[in-house]
Amino acid sequence: MIRSQTAAERLWVWAVWLLVAFFIVNLLGLIATVVVNSFSTRWFTTWLPVGFTTRWYAAAWDEFQLGDVLITTFEVVGAVVVISGLLGVPAAYAMARREFRGKRFVMLLFLLPMVVPPITFGIPLATVLYKVGAAGSIWGVILANLVPTVPFVILVMIPFIQQIDPRMEAAARVFGAGTFRMFTNVLVPLLTPGILAALLLVLVRTIAMFELTFFTAGPTSQTLVVALYAAVSAAGVRAGQSVDAMAVVYMITTLAWLLLALRFVNPTQIVTRAKRA
Amino acid sequence: MSLRASLARQGLDGVTLLVLPAALFIVALFIYPFLYGLVLSFEPKVGGWLANYAKFFSEPFLYTTISKTLLIAIPVTVLNVALSVPVALRVRLIAKPKLLTTILVIPITLGTVLVAEGMLNYMGPRGWFNRALLEFGLSSSPIRLIHNYWGVFLSLVITGFPFTFLLTLSYVTGVDPGLEQAGAMLGARSWDRFRTILLPLLVPGILITFCLSFVQAFSVFPSALLLGEPAGSTRVISIAAYTAAFEEYDASMASAIAMIMAAVQVAIVVALLAAQSLVYRGPAGGGKG
Repeated sequence: MIRSQTAAERLWVWAVWLLVAFFIVNLLGLIATVVVNSFSTRWFTTWLPVGFTTRWYAAAWDEFQLGDVLITTFEVVGAVVVISGLLGVPAAYAMARREFRGKRFVMLLFLLPMVVPPITFGIPLATVLYKVGAAGSIWGVILANLVPTVPFVILVMIPFIQQIDPRMEAAARVFGAGTFRMFTNVLVPLLTPGILAALLLVLVRTIAMFELTFFTAGPTSQTLVVALYAAVSAAGVRAGQSVDAMAVVYMITTLAWLLLALRFVNPTQIVTRAKRA
Repeated sequence: MSLRASLARQGLDGVTLLVLPAALFIVALFIYPFLYGLVLSFEPKVGGWLANYAKFFSEPFLYTTISKTLLIAIPVTVLNVALSVPVALRVRLIAKPKLLTTILVIPITLGTVLVAEGMLNYMGPRGWFNRALLEFGLSSSPIRLIHNYWGVFLSLVITGFPFTFLLTLSYVTGVDPGLEQAGAMLGARSWDRFRTILLPLLVPGILITFCLSFVQAFSVFPSALLLGEPAGSTRVISIAAYTAAFEEYDASMASAIAMIMAAVQVAIVVALLAAQSLVYRGPAGGGKG
C-alpha cells in the first residue's frame, strides 16, 4: 500500500475529498429542495416552508393526468425493454461467437448510435418517422427509443456470452438441439443474470430518455419525463409545488428501478460497458 | 464443397444470421434517417441546393450558435475531466466505492430535466444555495445562477461530472497497481508517480473520456432552454435545430443544422485524436490488456 507522506500530499488528498463532499452536498440539497417544496404550503423567505401538506400530490395527479402519463411511460418502457432484448441478445450471441467478414463494420454500426448524441440523430429520425406516419403515436416513441437501446444491450451482453464455455453449446448440439432450442434451454438460463442487468439498465435509461421521446411524442404518447419538461417550461402557469410533486413522482419511478438495477450491476456500467471478461 | 460448407468456413452460418435483425434495425432507423436527413438538407424549401447552409452561415442568429455552444461545452468538459482524474485516482484506493458511485450515478439517472427543476429551486435567488452564501457572509446579495450562462454551465457539471468521473474511474482501475508500487519502492513521490507512470498510461483513456463528455455537452438541450437564456448567451445549436424542426416546420433546414452539429462534433473529435497521435506515442490499451 502506498501511503502519502508529505504535508503537501496530505493537503492534496483533503482537497480532493472536500471537492467530492461539496459536490455531493449540493447534489443532495438540489434533490431535497424539490422534495421539500412539493410538501410545502408556502415557502418564500425562510429556510423551511411555513407549513406542510400533501395536497399538491392530488393536484398534480389531476392537473397533469399523471395516471395516463404513467401508463404510457410503462407501456413505452416495457415494449422497449422486451424488443431490445429480443433483438439485442441474439445479435450479441453472434457477435461473441462468430468471426465473419465485415464484423468490424457491424460493430461500428452498433457503436455509432451509442456515441452520437440523441439530439443529433433525433431530428432526422423524427423527420422520417413523421413521414411514415409513426411519430405522434406510441409506436413512434418506442421505435425512436430502441435506436440507442438495441446497441446498448448488444455491447453489454457480448462479454457475458464470452464467459460461457462454448462446450455447453456443443453438448446441446450433440444432443440434437437446434439453434432455437439451444437458446431457450441452455443459453437463456445461463445468461439470465446478464440479460437482467442489461434490461434493467435499458429500463432506467429509457425512463430518463428525454430528447428522442420529446421529438416523437404526440399529445397521447407523452412519457413522464416529457410531461415533466412541459410542466417545468410552463412554470408560472401552475403552482411550483404541483410541478415539484410531479418531479417527485418521476424521481421515485426512476430511483426505484435504479436501486433494483444496482443489485445486479456496478454503477460504473451505467456509463461504460461491462468490463472485459 | 457445398455452398453451405464454404460459407461456414468464412464464419457465415445460421448463428451469424442472428446478427441480422438488430443490424437491419439500426440501418433502417439510424443510418437511413441520417442519410435521408443529409439528402433532405440539400433540398431546401426555397433556393438552390446549398441554400440552407448558405443561410446558416450568413445569419448571425444561426451561425453564432456554434461558437455559443463551444463556449459552453469546451470549458465544461475541460473542468469535468480535470476534476475527474484526481478524484478517480483517490476513489480507486478506497475499498468499497459502491456507495459513492451510487450517489454519483443518481444525477445521470434522473436526467437533465429533473436536474434543471432542482436547480431552479436550489440555486434560485431564494434557494438554499444563495441563502447559505448570505448566511456565511460569502456574498452580500444573492448571486444569479439561473437563467444565464452559469445555469447551463452548472447543470452540465452536475450531470456531466458523474458521467466523466465514472468513465475515468473505469480506465483508472484498469491500470495495474503494481506499476505504481514499483515506482514508490524506487522512491518516486506521488506527483512523480502520477506524471511518469499513471498519466502516460491514462492519456488514451482520458482522451476518449474527453471526446465522449464533449459530445454530450455539445448536444446540451433541455437545460439550455430551462436554465439559460434561450434567446441570448445560451442559444445553443440544438435549440436552433429544434426551432427549425418543430416551430418553423422546416425539416430541410432542421436537417441541415443537425448535419452541421454532427460535423462540428466529428471535427473536434478527429482533431483531438489526430493531436494525440502527433504528440503522444504510447500503449494504445491504457495498460488494460
